[in-house]
Amino acid sequence: MNRFVHQTPIGSAPIARARLQSLLEYDRSLVNHADLLSVLREEIFALIGRHAGIDANKVHFMVVRGNTASTLTVDIEVPFRVGAAPNAFALPASAGG
Amino acid sequence: MGKVIVVTSGKGGVGKTTSTAALGAALARGGQRVVVVDFDVGLRNLDLVMGAERRVAFDLTNVAQGTAKLSEALLNDERLNTLYLLPASRTRGKDALSEDGVAGVIFELRDQFDWVICDSPAGIERGAMLAMRFADEAIIVVNPEISSVRDSSRILGLLDTRPLKVEAGGRLDKHMLITRFDPVRVARREMLNVDDVREVLPIPLLGIIPESKEVLRASNLGAPITVCGRESAVSRAYVDAARRIKGDWIEMTVPSKDKSRLTRWLGGRAA
Repeated sequence: MNRFVHQTPIGSAPIARARLQSLLEYDRSLVNHADLLSVLREEIFALIGRHAGIDANKVHFMVVRGNTASTLTVDIEVPFRVGAAPNAFALPASAGG
Repeated sequence: MGKVIVVTSGKGGVGKTTSTAALGAALARGGQRVVVVDFDVGLRNLDLVMGAERRVAFDLTNVAQGTAKLSEALLNDERLNTLYLLPASRTRGKDALSEDGVAGVIFELRDQFDWVICDSPAGIERGAMLAMRFADEAIIVVNPEISSVRDSSRILGLLDTRPLKVEAGGRLDKHMLITRFDPVRVARREMLNVDDVREVLPIPLLGIIPESKEVLRASNLGAPITVCGRESAVSRAYVDAARRIKGDWIEMTVPSKDKSRLTRWLGGRAA
């Protein structure tokens, strides 16, 4: 009916509706956890930092949201050199001052 | 060093977000490195118009506060590889965004991109002031409708005092983008014409975007109109406006009722 008049190949509203539903579901699930990702980022960084010297610039957090769950990708470069891990395990007291 | 442009209007619903996405994508299609920044803290929508809502992890507030890196918050457009989005926070209040924090983010963006396009929230409160604070240029989006024109006139006044560039004694270039222009209603004198608007807002015209159903379709699909509606008159008008931003001279054409959809259907694209 309307398609002949409006020249829209296929109505785009169903796509908008699906996007909206998935978005609202996600938004609602975050109501009590607005800063979840920031908290996770900080704690994971602190945890690994306790065992290996890591550079804040070499940590990368990424999230991709699926329909029912999200994938959190954490990319952290952990150096091999012991010297690069000042707060890892007890280093000789001479290191530092 | 990139240029910072604020897209503002005072009034809501006139097309700031649509225009930000459309101009950003048009510039990126021309090979420019572009980032669009959503300043509408609490009511972000640029992510939806760009179709990136599922990938938002961190936002402008996180980066300004130092709780995430810029590279973690920036989202690369899936269609145009030189186009990026920096989303606004949906949950935190405007007060979480400090001027110093934003200054740092803008400084970094200016360094990485040719164009930093800031999508201002409606109104004249803190978020809108922050969005214009670091601008080099401003685009005022206005509908041919009296409340929009009046609000834009108020914004023009604020643009004369609030930006840092003005405080430092510099000049901030202002351009007007008329959106939702309906040539049929203008011809019938049911809608203000371009001269009526310019009389109240005497600034250079960046473009005239015709009213179109394509805009809603693009928003439904989550793609800038200059990406998914390339053949439409709206898209062409935005592409021309983007070229004027870059400094190209493109003749300004007022959409006329002669260029109806019917004539375009029949391939009669009279110049």
